[in-house]
Parts: sequence; structure tokens; C-alpha cells
Amino acid sequence: MQPPVTFLQSVALGFLGLGLFIGLWYVLSVSGFVPRVFLPSPGEVVDRFAVLMERRFAGATLLGHLAASFERFAYGFLLAAVVGIPLGLLMGWYRLLDEIVSPLFDGLRFVAPIAWVPFAALWFGTGIGGPIMIIFAGAFPPCVINAYRGAKFVDPRLIEAANMLGTPSLRVIREVLLPSSVPSIIAGLRVSAGLGWQSLVGAELIVASAGVGYMMVQGQANVSTATVMSGMVAIGLVGLALDTILRLIERVILRRRGLEH
Amino acid sequence: MSRRILIGLATLAVVFVLWYTATTVLGLIAPGRFPSPAETWSALVHIWDRGYGGGDLVTHALHSLRLVVLGFLVAIATGVPLGLFMGWNRRAEAIINPIFLIIRPIPPLAWIPLAILWLGLGDGAKILVIWFSAFVPSVINSFAGVRTIERPMLEASFMLGTPRLRFIQEVLLPAASPMIFTGLRLSLQASWTTLVAAELVGAFYGLGRVLNVAQQDLYPGMILVGMVAVAIFGWGTTRLLGMLETYTLRWNTAALAARG
Repeated sequence: MQPPVTFLQSVALGFLGLGLFIGLWYVLSVSGFVPRVFLPSPGEVVDRFAVLMERRFAGATLLGHLAASFERFAYGFLLAAVVGIPLGLLMGWYRLLDEIVSPLFDGLRFVAPIAWVPFAALWFGTGIGGPIMIIFAGAFPPCVINAYRGAKFVDPRLIEAANMLGTPSLRVIREVLLPSSVPSIIAGLRVSAGLGWQSLVGAELIVASAGVGYMMVQGQANVSTATVMSGMVAIGLVGLALDTILRLIERVILRRRGLEH
Repeated sequence: MSRRILIGLATLAVVFVLWYTATTVLGLIAPGRFPSPAETWSALVHIWDRGYGGGDLVTHALHSLRLVVLGFLVAIATGVPLGLFMGWNRRAEAIINPIFLIIRPIPPLAWIPLAILWLGLGDGAKILVIWFSAFVPSVINSFAGVRTIERPMLEASFMLGTPRLRFIQEVLLPAASPMIFTGLRLSLQASWTTLVAAELVGAFYGLGRVLNVAQQDLYPGMILVGMVAVAIFGWGTTRLLGMLETYTLRWNTAALAARG
């Protein structure tokens, strides 16, 4: 590996990279090399973003669509956490449950979350229920897997110590197993938020009648590339914010337990 | 047989019996909501013999498989070298990383409308979307693979004056390969998810198209057939990649042991 570059150099090179990227995009668009309809310039996307914030498109402003998307996301994600984490923990503690659930879970895991769309639409409709189920399908597996790993790979010495001291089993769960699986659970929640958010976008592209994904589909139907790109920017920003918040929570929890590296 | 496998088989049998009882014997689940085993079987026969949504099951499945493989190959052929290069060359990393930071938060599925605008509903748009989704994990993990190479190994090979090409072939690639394969597995999963989504949004052939038409026809049996087909192909390709990984990394006992 080459020796690391200095901080100043890396900042300068970073701006160079961004400049090249945006410059190339600008040149391709403005020169007409790629038709303007299909590749609006960066400035046009920013303008469109601002317009979408103020004026309604496909039934709501951009913020309105984001709010609709986020509501679905919050329900699906919370549902996945509330069902998935206890299931994973129990599977980690009770071998029989693990052996019963694992084959079903492994089979279902290979069904891409998006493939649930037809059943989700059939069972819960395309309003809010269907998309929630798809977010759930995306966010559920990481919750289960990480809670399972957290519970399964507890330092055996801790359990032995607790058992030796005659701790009742409920207390072992509450004071040994649960706390020591928290870091893994939090890591799982982060993965699951990312997958849930992505599944939501997919669901909205296919079935919904509101939300950012729906707005993008309408933009696509009207051949308004700037609208589609504004949607992508909005989705990216919200995804980034979600990840940052969960990262902060993770850091706070790890620090309070002196586990931060 | 191990206890684990026995209990697993018993579970599957119980689930099947429950499914049969709930749909066929007791009629607890309405036929319009979830298919009975018999309906699923007849849907399978239907798509196998007479075709559904524009082709028979084999046509749809091969069409999807071909797109996944093509998109996946394009993504790893571009992503892995770029990741290795960024891992090696700090300047390249400093230049490219900020671009990545901007593009990465956009979920792969969000590229679908743009791909359709650019390339329509045909195969090109699907491959483009798969490329976007599978590219990122390939790059990131190959990058991390280079960064995990231990300093002494690099220094030893430099001290011995290893020629550049041989260095890449015998030090860089093997040392980074466990991480590269982690990236490939993630890329493959992303490829399937993205393809199914893209086909659900709009396609002429493919398993996603089967799901889409079945949803519009309110044909639960066919939906289930489509989902199972997606799962089987996803599982099969992941399995193939796993076998390739075991074969490629057979010299690396530590990595294989860590994988279990």
C-alpha cells in the first residue's frame, strides 16, 4: 500500500474528484451530448428539487411524499424490531426453538423482500398495509439474525459465573444475556433500517399511490428526469440521516458500556 | 441423521400439514388470499405446460437468470478492480471516495425509474440497475480486502523484489480474496433483489413478470409458484458462488474455518 496522504491532500483530492464528477455531468448535459430530457444538468435538478418542495406533484409536495414514506417505514421497521429481536433472542437461548424455526427462516430468507409485493398487495392493499409488510420483509431478517448471534455468542464464562452464583434463570436472561447481546442487536437494527428503507422504495415504485417512490414513478411517466433525480436525492438524504442517527445511538450505547474501540 | 436435520424435516412436514388443513380441510384461509397445495400444484402445471405471462416457467426463469448473471459479471468485472485499485492507491481513494459517499446512500432500487427513462423496459435497463446495485458491495469489500493485508507480508515481498505482476497475482489477490468473496455474495443477493423489483415494475419476460401478471390476475397459486422459483434460483446461485469460494480459498484454512 502506498503511504497515507496528508489530510490537506485528501481534502484537495476529494474536491478534485467531486469537481470532476459534477463537471463531467454538467458537460455531458449542457453540450447536448446526452439529450437534455434524459440528463438534466446538476443545476436543473437542484431547481426542480426546490420547486418540488413548494409545489405539489403527484398529489403532494416532496416533503408530503417523504412524510408518507417515512410513516410506512417507521411502522414496518418497528414491527420488524418488535417481532424479530425477541424471536432471535429466544432462538439463541432455546436450542429446540432454533432447530424448529431455522429451516423455515432460511427458506424464507431467499425470497427477495420485493417478491412479497403481490401477496402484500393482495392481503393488505396498496395503501399503507401492503408497503408496511414489504418493509417488514426487508427489515425482519437482520433483526432476527443479529439478536440470535448476540444471544448465542455470549461469553460462556459469564453464564457459568451467574449459574455458579445460583442466579435464577429469568434473572440470567435479564442481567447477563440481554445486556451482552445489545451491541449485536444495535448493529442488526442499522442493517435492517437500511434494507427496510430500500424495500420501501421498491414497494412504492410498484404498488403505492403516495410517497417518494410513487412520485418518482410519476416523474418517469412524465419523462421528467429532474423529478426522478430529485426523488433519488431525497431518498438518499433520508437514508443517510437514518443511518447517522442509528450510528450515534450505537456509539452512545457502546461508550456507556466501555466497549467503544 | 443429525438431530438438527430431523427436527428441520419434522417442522417442514408440520407446516405442510397445517397449510393443507387450513386451506383445504377447514377452509380457514380464503382461496383468494392464499393458495392451497392443490392450487399451487395446478398453477405450476399451468405455467410449465401452457405458459403464463408470455412464456413457460423455464423461459421466464432462464431469462431472469441470464440477466442476473450478466449484470453481476459486469458489476464485479468493474467493481472488484476499482476496489483493489482504491485500496492500493491512496490518491485514487481520496479522489473517488467522496463520489461514493454521495452515490452510496441512494438505494439500488431507486435507480429503477431512471434506468427505465434511459433504456426503456428491455434487458439493457435491467442490467444497468443490477450493475448499480451489485457494484457498490464489490468495490467496498475489495477495498477493505486490500486494506486488511498485513504490513509484514507486503514488506517481505518488496524486500524480495517481487515483480509487480507477480505481486498482484501471488500476494495482493490471494490476501484480499476472502473479503472479495464477501463482497461477491452481497453483490449477488443485491442483483436478485434488484432484478425482481425491476421486473415487477415492468418487463416482458422473467420471474418478476410472472409475479406481476399473477398479481393483476389475482392468481395466488401463481404468485406462490413465482416466489418459490425466485427463492430456488437465489439459493442455487448463492450456493454455486459458495462452492466457488470454497474451491478458490481451499489453501486458506483460517478463512474457511471462520466461515464454519
